[in-house]
Amino acid sequence: MDKIVKDTLTIALSKGRIFKDTAPLLKAAGIEPLDDPETSRKLILDTNRDDVKLVIIRATDVPTYVQYGAADLGVAGKDVLMEHGGQELYELVDLKIARCKLMVAGFPDRPLPTTGLKVATKFVNCTRRYFAEQGRQVDVIKLYGSMELAPLVGLADCIVDVVDTGNTLRANGLAPLEHMANITSRLIVNKASMKLKHAAIRELIAHIQAAVDQRNPS
Amino acid sequence: MLNTHQYWALPDGISEALPDEAEALEQLRRRLLDLYATWGYRLVMPPLVEFMESLRTGHGTHLDVQTFKLTDQLTGRMMGVRADMTPQIARIDAHKLQTEQPNRLCYIGSVLRTRSFHDGSRSPLQVGAELFGHAGLDSDFEVISLLLETLTHCQIPNLLLDIGHVGIFRSLARAAGLDATQERHFYDMLVRKSLPEIDTWLVTANLPVDISTYLQQLPRLNGAVDVLDQAAALFASAPSDVQDALRYLRTLTTRVSAHFPACKIHVDLAELSGYDYHTGIVYGVYTSGMGREVARGGRYDGIGEAFGRIRPATGFSTDLRTLATFALPQQQRTGNSSIFAPAVQDVTLEQLIRTLRSQQQQVIRALDGQTHDAAALGCSQQIIQQDGHWNVVAV
Repeated sequence: MDKIVKDTLTIALSKGRIFKDTAPLLKAAGIEPLDDPETSRKLILDTNRDDVKLVIIRATDVPTYVQYGAADLGVAGKDVLMEHGGQELYELVDLKIARCKLMVAGFPDRPLPTTGLKVATKFVNCTRRYFAEQGRQVDVIKLYGSMELAPLVGLADCIVDVVDTGNTLRANGLAPLEHMANITSRLIVNKASMKLKHAAIRELIAHIQAAVDQRNPS
Repeated sequence: MLNTHQYWALPDGISEALPDEAEALEQLRRRLLDLYATWGYRLVMPPLVEFMESLRTGHGTHLDVQTFKLTDQLTGRMMGVRADMTPQIARIDAHKLQTEQPNRLCYIGSVLRTRSFHDGSRSPLQVGAELFGHAGLDSDFEVISLLLETLTHCQIPNLLLDIGHVGIFRSLARAAGLDATQERHFYDMLVRKSLPEIDTWLVTANLPVDISTYLQQLPRLNGAVDVLDQAAALFASAPSDVQDALRYLRTLTTRVSAHFPACKIHVDLAELSGYDYHTGIVYGVYTSGMGREVARGGRYDGIGEAFGRIRPATGFSTDLRTLATFALPQQQRTGNSSIFAPAVQDVTLEQLIRTLRSQQQQVIRALDGQTHDAAALGCSQQIIQQDGHWNVVAV
């Protein structure tokens, strides 16, 4: 094991909206990537600070990387965290970015069947938990994308998905039916890193929290 | 979806040790048990399976879910394969060794868990030590010392002891008048240090302002030992057992850093692992470059109650395989020091082999018809007949 003089931090991020919205917050903490993940094919991005690296991975993989300590910190949507489950991560900061809602959606004019409800979703655990809490028995059908199609072709009665503008739902003749949770992205931290690299992480969090507060005056 | 061509593959999270690893593990096992013996910790070997009632007792549902169950065909009762040896050791202390004296026990063995922890293993080789019959600083300090001694012995670098006290949250939850469901919910947010959720929840909870502030600050109180000063000031008018717990942590951490200056100390007042059964301090030891703790421990005074005898208890456990990844084997037994002996039947040869083996030399006997020679078996020496004498010569 190498002796590391300065604690290095690895931050796991997903491409697209989360990266775009996180970049200004990282900038406020003095961290700027040297490459643009949208154009670069690199998976590990160097930053202007030699003690900070970014890893670019799929959104649903972020909690896994952080939980196992492959990354010290990460940015993950609350939807992804709820689906990941468990208590093996610290969820220290609400970054108040990538806002959306986790919803049950279906046909606006067709009431859901009271028994034998079929739900298509990629949020299998969240869906089970939500309906179980209400005492509703459901069949969950795991899909990886294009959830809106499932009710249209009779695969499911409704879907559970994150809804931002609701445009995709409307375009397919669907509407939000039940609100499950408000979603924003969280800054998550590996439990061991939080203890071993406490000073560096505390400092980073303070900068990011300040940037979040500045952008979202209460 | 059984792949019939892979019947030899092991189930997920189940591992075995091939000769090199097995030798390293066994060496380390012996060294650790020798170490524990020098501290007066006597080895016990609890059974692989026992009735569910005794395995589950005093623990939360977490351990229950982790336990593989089977039915005892003789009695129809439910048995479990041990997922954690600590309750077994507590049962042994409470029922089998009914001493009023402090009792020091250590153990090592495979446990089986339905789900893997961080490292993906469902069957760690759990090793640990427990001290029963003393409530207080001396026993907690002794067990922490033995743990740090264990880790130092395994050459694990850059140790960091992360310590908390479950009594603080328990007392604050009582003072806040949280019911069991609320306490569970708050606990869940606390172990994830979900500051956004905690702050939102407290706004709606309608608690007295001071208690609300305490609960809000609890997940923020972590860092170097001076966090204890911060906490003492903050909790100045909190229930007295909160301050007792802080004082306890202060004395203990001072003593640990005096004896183990190389070990860093990190205080985390929201560290609540094993909240279901821990009653005092809880701790984990970390090392740089590893995304999870190397070992865990804490005080669990209540556990014996289920076995009919309340005994103060404090202990730690860790995983031999994890330790072995750090510990260098002290000597490699196999390989170049081995001696190859011919298959010839001869009384003096037999005698020589017996003598060599009694001197702890490894002698590998050729088998009649064997085509591999000494070098192929990795032996550096062999026995050959020279002028009517059997001699050990280099290959």
